[in-house]
Amino acid sequence: MLSEEERKEIEAECALYEHRRPATSEALKIVQRHRGWVSDEAVKDVAEILGASADEVESVATFYTLIFRQKVGRHVILICDSVSCYIMGYETLKEHLGRVLGIELGQTTSDGRFTLLPNACLGVCEQAPAMMIDEDVHGHLTPEKIPDILSRYA
Amino acid sequence: MPVVMDAYQKLLEQARQAVAEKGESGKAVIQVGSATCENAAGAREVLQEFRKHIAASGRSDIAVRQTGCTGRCSREPIVNVMLPGRLPVKYDRVDRDAVHEIFTKHVMGGEPVAERILDAHRHAPPRIEAMFCAGIRCGRAQHLDFAGLFRQLLAEAGVQGEAVNVIEANCFGLCRTQEMGNATHLLLRPSNVIYRITCEADVRDIVNVHIKGGKVVERLLTTENAPIGKRFFQLYGDVPFFNRQSRIALRNSGIIDPESILEYLTYSGFEAMAMVLDRNDRQWVIDEVTRSKLRGRGGAGYPTGSKWKLGANAAGPVKYIICNADEGDPGAYMDRSMLEGDPFSVLEGMVIGAFAIGASRGFLYIRAEYPMAIKRIELAITQMRKYGLLGENILGSGFSFDLEIRLGAGAFVCGEETALINSIEGNRGQPEIRPPYPTDAGLWGKPTVINNVETFANVPVVIIYGAEWFSSIGTEKSGGTKVFSLTGKVAHTGLVEVPMGTTLREVVFGIGGGVSGGKALKAVQTGGPAGGVLPAEWIDTIVDFDTLMKAGSIMGSGGMIVMDEDDCMVDIARFYMTFSQDESCGKCTPCREGCTRMVEILDRITTGLGTMEDLGKLERLGKMIKKASLCGLGRAAPNPVLSTLLHFRKEYEAHVLEKRCPSNRCKALAKGAAAPAAH
Repeated sequence: MLSEEERKEIEAECALYEHRRPATSEALKIVQRHRGWVSDEAVKDVAEILGASADEVESVATFYTLIFRQKVGRHVILICDSVSCYIMGYETLKEHLGRVLGIELGQTTSDGRFTLLPNACLGVCEQAPAMMIDEDVHGHLTPEKIPDILSRYA
Repeated sequence: MPVVMDAYQKLLEQARQAVAEKGESGKAVIQVGSATCENAAGAREVLQEFRKHIAASGRSDIAVRQTGCTGRCSREPIVNVMLPGRLPVKYDRVDRDAVHEIFTKHVMGGEPVAERILDAHRHAPPRIEAMFCAGIRCGRAQHLDFAGLFRQLLAEAGVQGEAVNVIEANCFGLCRTQEMGNATHLLLRPSNVIYRITCEADVRDIVNVHIKGGKVVERLLTTENAPIGKRFFQLYGDVPFFNRQSRIALRNSGIIDPESILEYLTYSGFEAMAMVLDRNDRQWVIDEVTRSKLRGRGGAGYPTGSKWKLGANAAGPVKYIICNADEGDPGAYMDRSMLEGDPFSVLEGMVIGAFAIGASRGFLYIRAEYPMAIKRIELAITQMRKYGLLGENILGSGFSFDLEIRLGAGAFVCGEETALINSIEGNRGQPEIRPPYPTDAGLWGKPTVINNVETFANVPVVIIYGAEWFSSIGTEKSGGTKVFSLTGKVAHTGLVEVPMGTTLREVVFGIGGGVSGGKALKAVQTGGPAGGVLPAEWIDTIVDFDTLMKAGSIMGSGGMIVMDEDDCMVDIARFYMTFSQDESCGKCTPCREGCTRMVEILDRITTGLGTMEDLGKLERLGKMIKKASLCGLGRAAPNPVLSTLLHFRKEYEAHVLEKRCPSNRCKALAKGAAAPAAH
C-alpha cells in the first residue's frame, strides 16, 4: 500500500496535466524516493491511482534505467562507462571497485550498503574516470582513492 | 510598449541597488567555482575553508562569491582572488593547504603565491596586462603590428617586461559598430579600459600617458557599449586556454553567481526579453534569428529561425516550447555546465522563443543524472516567477508564459525529440516516425518547438547584439560559436567555445595544449555515438556542421574526444556500437538487431576471430541500419564503425590478418595471450 504522503505527492503531479497519464514516470520516482525502489505491488498501486493498467505502468518503469524494479542498497553507485571514462581507465576502476565491494555490476553488497550500476554518461568527462554515489560526483578516480570515498557512505 | 521598458528599467534599478548593497566593490573578493565538476574536485571544502579564514581574520572587507564553472576542468577547483586595483589572480587545484597559503600571503599580505597560479608557469603576475584583440577584423589592422610596436615602445621607455605583460587575445566582440579592419582594440587590466587604436601616435600615447603616467587616455576610449567578451577577458584573459576562445554562449559562465537573478539582471540579463516584448513583433524576432544564421546546437544543425517560423505558422491556439536538456552523448557536458553556470540565459532564450511561436507553456526536459543543474534551474524558475519574468502578463506586456521541469530517468534515446515528447507524455520514451514533425503535431498533438540548451543560450545575444553581428562570427552558413567539451588524451580538458569554422588544430593544440603525455595524436572523435573519428591527418579540418559531415563525422552536440597512439580504433568502434546497442529502444528491427550483429562481429575481430568477410559485412550492415532505422539514433549508430573502416582500415586488417592489435589495447590479442581458437 502506498502511504498517504506518496498518494498526495502523486496527486499533486497529476494536477499539472489535463490527463493523469503524464504523471506516470514522476509517480514511479515518487515511490522510489520514499522506498528506494519500486516493487510489483507499488506498480499496481500507481496504476490504480493513474487509472492505467499495471502493464502500462510496468512498460514505463522498465524503460528507464534509473527506475529500480529491484531492491537496491542504501547507496547507489553509478559508475560511468562512457567513452571518455573508457579510454581513461574505466575497466581498471570497475574491476577494483568490484573487488573491494565483492560484487559485480548490477549487484548489491550483502550488508545492503551499496548497489553498483553502470551509467551511460555522467557528463563529467573532463574528470574521467568518474562515478556518482547518490547525488555526489567523484572524478579523477584511481583505485587508491576508492577506500576513502566509500568510507563516507555508511 | 513603454510599459514593458518601464517595468524592466525598474527591475534593473532594483537589481543594481541590491548588488551595490551587497557591497563587493572595493572589497577583496575570493571567487570559488561551484558546479558538479568543481565540487567533485573539492570546491565545497575550499569554500568552507575560506569562510573560516575570513571569520578568523575578523575583516569585513573580504567577500567570497560562488560562480559556475569556467571550463578549465582539469585544473579544478579554481579560485580567483580579486584585490581592488590589482589584476585578478587564478589559482588551480586548490586544497586546504593552498587555501591557507593563498589567504595569508595573497589576500592578507597582498603578495600572490606565484607557484600556485593557474597556467602562469610559476611567474608572479605583472602590474599591468595589455591584451590586444587578435580577432580577424582587428587583426587586419595589424599590418601595422600594434602589439609589436607597443612592446618596442615599452622597451624604449624603460618599462620592465615583468611589469607589463602583452597578450594577443581572441576577438572581444567589439567589431559590430566599427569599420572593418582599420582599428585594433586593446584591453588594459586592471583598469579595465578598452582603447581603439588606429595609428602609431595612439600607441605612443597609451605607453606615455597610461602605462607611465597612470592616467586614462580619454580620446582613445571606445565609445561603444561594453563588448560581450569584456568581463570574461577582464577575469580570465591572461590564461592562454581562455584568451584564444570566443565566449558567447558561455558569456556568463564562471563570472556571475548562477543563483542570483539580480546579478544576472546587471549583466544585461532579460534585456533581450524586454526588447522583444516591448517591440511586440513576432515576425521581427523570427527574422532576426533567421538572419543570425543560428543553427540548432543539439547536433542536427537545423536553422533555428526556420524552426520557429514553422512553429509560429502552425495552426491552433495551443502550442508548446521545449528545452532539450537531456544531454546524453558520451563525452559531452556543455549543457550541464551552462545550466549550472548560467541558467537564466537559457530560460530567457526560451521565453523569447515562446513569444516568437506563440506558446504559453513550456517544458525543460533534463536528465536525472544532473542533480545540481536541476537545482539551479528550479531556483532560477522560482526567482523569475517572483519578479514577474515568468507567469501571467510578463513585464506588463500582456504575454503570459510559464514552464515546468520534467526529469528524465536514464534513457539516452529520450534526447531524440519524438522520444522526448513521448517521455513527457508519460509513455515509454520511444521515437516516432516523422512526419508529422513536432512543429506540426508534437506534445499532446499540438505544435511544439524543441531547441537545445546551447541554442537558447545564444538567443538573447542575437537580440541584443543583432543578427548581423552574430552572423559575422562563424562561417557563411553557420553563425556564432560552438562549445565543445574537449576530453580524452589532451593536456587541457575542458570547455572550449570557438567560432564556427575554427580548425580542429586550433582547438586541440592551440587551446587544448596538444596530446597529453607527449604521445602522438591518432584521432579526434566528434559527435558522440552518432559521429565519427577523424584521423590525425585531418587536423586542419574546420569545425562546422557541413564540413564535419563531409569528412565522415558530424559536429553533434559538442563532444570532442582526443585519442592517442594507445587507443585502438577497432576497440573504440566496438565501444560506440555497444553503447548504441545498449541504448537502442528496441522499437525498430534494423537498429535493435543490426546493432547487436555489428557488436558481435566487432567482438570477433577484437578477439582475433574475425575474417576479411566480416569487414564487408560491417559495411553492408552499417549502411542498411543507416537507411532503414526509424530515428536519428539508429540512423547514426553505425557512423563510428563506418568512419573507422574508412580511415583506419589497416587497423582492422591487422586484427583480422595478423591477429594483432597495433595499439596493444585488445587484451585477447596481447602478446603472450593464448592464441584465439576458431569455433
